[in-house]
Amino acid sequence: MSPVEMNLEARFEAYVADEKKIEPKDWMPDAYRKTLIRQISQHAHSEIVGMLPEGNWITRAPSLKRKSILLAKVQDEAGHGLYLYSACETLGVSRDELLDDLHSGKAKYSSIFNYPTLNWADMGAIGWLVDGAAIMNQVPLCKCSYGPYARAMVRVCKEESFHQRQGFQIMLTMAQGTADQRAMAQDALNRWWWPSLMMFGPSDAESPHSAQSMKWNIKRFSNDELRQKFVDMTVPQAELLGLTIPDPDLRWNEERGHHDFGPIDWTEFQEVVQGNGPCNKERLAARRSAHERGAWVREAAAAYAEKQAQRKTSSTEPHAA
Amino acid sequence: MTAEQHFQVALRLGDDAMILGQRLAEWCGHGPVLEEDIAMSNIALDLLGQARGYYSRAGALEGLGRDEDQLAFFRTDQEYRNHLLVERPNGHFGDTMVRQFLFDAFSLERTQFLANQTVDEDMAAVAAKAVKEVRYHFSHSSQWMLRLGDGTEESHRKVQQSLDDLWPYAGEFFVADDIDEAASLAGLLPDLSHVAHAWHARVSEVLIQATLQKPTTTWSQRGGKHGIHSEHLGFLLAEMQVLPRTYPDAAW
Ligand SMILES: [Fe+2]
Ligand SMILES: [Fe+2]
Repeated sequence: MSPVEMNLEARFEAYVADEKKIEPKDWMPDAYRKTLIRQISQHAHSEIVGMLPEGNWITRAPSLKRKSILLAKVQDEAGHGLYLYSACETLGVSRDELLDDLHSGKAKYSSIFNYPTLNWADMGAIGWLVDGAAIMNQVPLCKCSYGPYARAMVRVCKEESFHQRQGFQIMLTMAQGTADQRAMAQDALNRWWWPSLMMFGPSDAESPHSAQSMKWNIKRFSNDELRQKFVDMTVPQAELLGLTIPDPDLRWNEERGHHDFGPIDWTEFQEVVQGNGPCNKERLAARRSAHERGAWVREAAAAYAEKQAQRKTSSTEPHAA
Repeated sequence: MTAEQHFQVALRLGDDAMILGQRLAEWCGHGPVLEEDIAMSNIALDLLGQARGYYSRAGALEGLGRDEDQLAFFRTDQEYRNHLLVERPNGHFGDTMVRQFLFDAFSLERTQFLANQTVDEDMAAVAAKAVKEVRYHFSHSSQWMLRLGDGTEESHRKVQQSLDDLWPYAGEFFVADDIDEAASLAGLLPDLSHVAHAWHARVSEVLIQATLQKPTTTWSQRGGKHGIHSEHLGFLLAEMQVLPRTYPDAAW
C-alpha cells in the first residue's frame, strides 16, 4: 500500500469511527465497497424474491380488504427492491449486472423465501415473524456508515413496521376465529418459527463477515444478540395470540433476563442456503422466467426511447437553407 | 330506471373493476421490470378500490344486506356482469396492456360522466375519485401502446397481434341493453353511442402514433353483461373465491 493510500485508509477509518456518513463520491477501501455491494444487493434480491411467497396468495385473499392490504404490501416490497438497487448502483454496479448474478445463482437472497406459503395464516405469520425479524436486522442499518444505504433503510423500516402490524392483525383474527382458522394460525407458526430465527444468520462464532462489518459501522449488533432480542419480543406476542411456539426448550431465564430457546437446526439452514430448500428452484425459476419473458418489452422500451431522443435532436436541429 | 336496474348498473361497474383488478394482480412479482410490477399493482389496487366502492353502493341499493365481500365471493360466474374483455387471460405483457388500453379508454368516458351526474350522489363520489385514477391508467397503457407499437419489429408484431385478438371484445362496451338505456335516460350513465364515438377517437389517436393498424373487424363478442361469460371466468372465480366458500362461517 502506498503512503497516500495508507493515509486515505486511516482517514476513512477515523471518519467512520466518528459516526460520519460515507457518500458515493468519497474515497472508500475496495473491501468496504465490495462488502456493501454484496450486502445491499442480497438485500434487494431478498425484497423481490420475497414478493413471490406472498404473491402466491393475492389472488386468493379471503376478503377485498385483505386483498388490498396484501397487494399493497407486496408492492411495497417491490419498492424496497427498487430503492436498494438504486443504493447499490451508487457503488458503481448496474441493476442488470446485479440481476444477472441473482439469475445465475451467484448472488444469494434471504433463505426464508425458499419456504412455501401453504395457508392464508402464512400471510399473517410472514408479516408478524419475517417482517418482524427483518425490522430487527434493519433498524440498526438506518445508522449504517454508507449514506445511501442508511437513507434507503429509513424508508424501508417505516414500511416494514406497518407490514409487521398488519401480519399480527391477520394472526389475531385467525387465532380468535373458528377452529379451522386457529388451526391454520398454529400451523403457520409451526412452520415459520424456526426459519425466522435462522434469518439472523449463523451464530457469532460461525459468522464470517461480522467483525469487519462491525468495525465499518455496517453492522451494529451480533447475529445472536438480534436473535435473542427477537425471541424476547415475540414470546409475549405469541402468548397474546394464544398460540404455542414450537420449541419445548423455550423458557424464561430469570438469571439472564432473557428467554432460553432450543438449538437451531443449522444443517437445515445450510441445505436451504445451498439450494435444497423446498422452493429454491421454483423461486429462482419464477424470477428468471419473468426476466426472460420481459426481455422483448424492455428492448421495445429502450428502442422507443432511443427513437424519441433522435426525433428530438433532429427537430431542434437548425434547418439548412 | 327501476330499482333493480339501478342496482345492476352499480354491479356491472363493480364487476368490471373487480375482474380486471384480479387479473392485473396475477402479474404481481412477475412483471417485465420492477417498475412495471409496481405500476400494475398500483392499477390493480385502484381497480380494487373502485370495485369496493361500487359494490358497497350496489349492496345498499339492493337492500338485502349484502356487503362488498358477499357480492365478490358468493356469486357464480353467471351472476357476474362484467364485460368479456376484462376476463381475458393476461397472456404476455402486450396482451395485458392492450386489454388495459381498450378498457381504460372506455372507462374514462364512463367514469367522467358518472362523476358529474347528480342522479346518484354516492356513485358520483366513487367515480370522482376514480376519474383521477383512470386518467393515469389510460396514460400508462397509452404509453405502452407507443413503446410496444413503435419499439422494435418484434414488439410491433406482437402488440399488433394482441390488438387484433382483443379488438372483438371491445365492441360489447357499446351494445346497449334495456339497463343501459334506462340508466342513460335517467341521466345516470352516458349514452353508449356517444361513448363509442369518443372511444374511437381516443383509441385511434394513440394507435396512429403507435404505428398500429386499427382492426377492421366489426364483429363483437358479447354476453358478459348478461352473465354469459367465456370459459376463463369460472377458473378466475374458483381461485378468487376458494377461502370464503370453503369456510363460510369465518371472518378474515
Ligand atoms: Fe421489504
Ligand atoms: Fe415487508
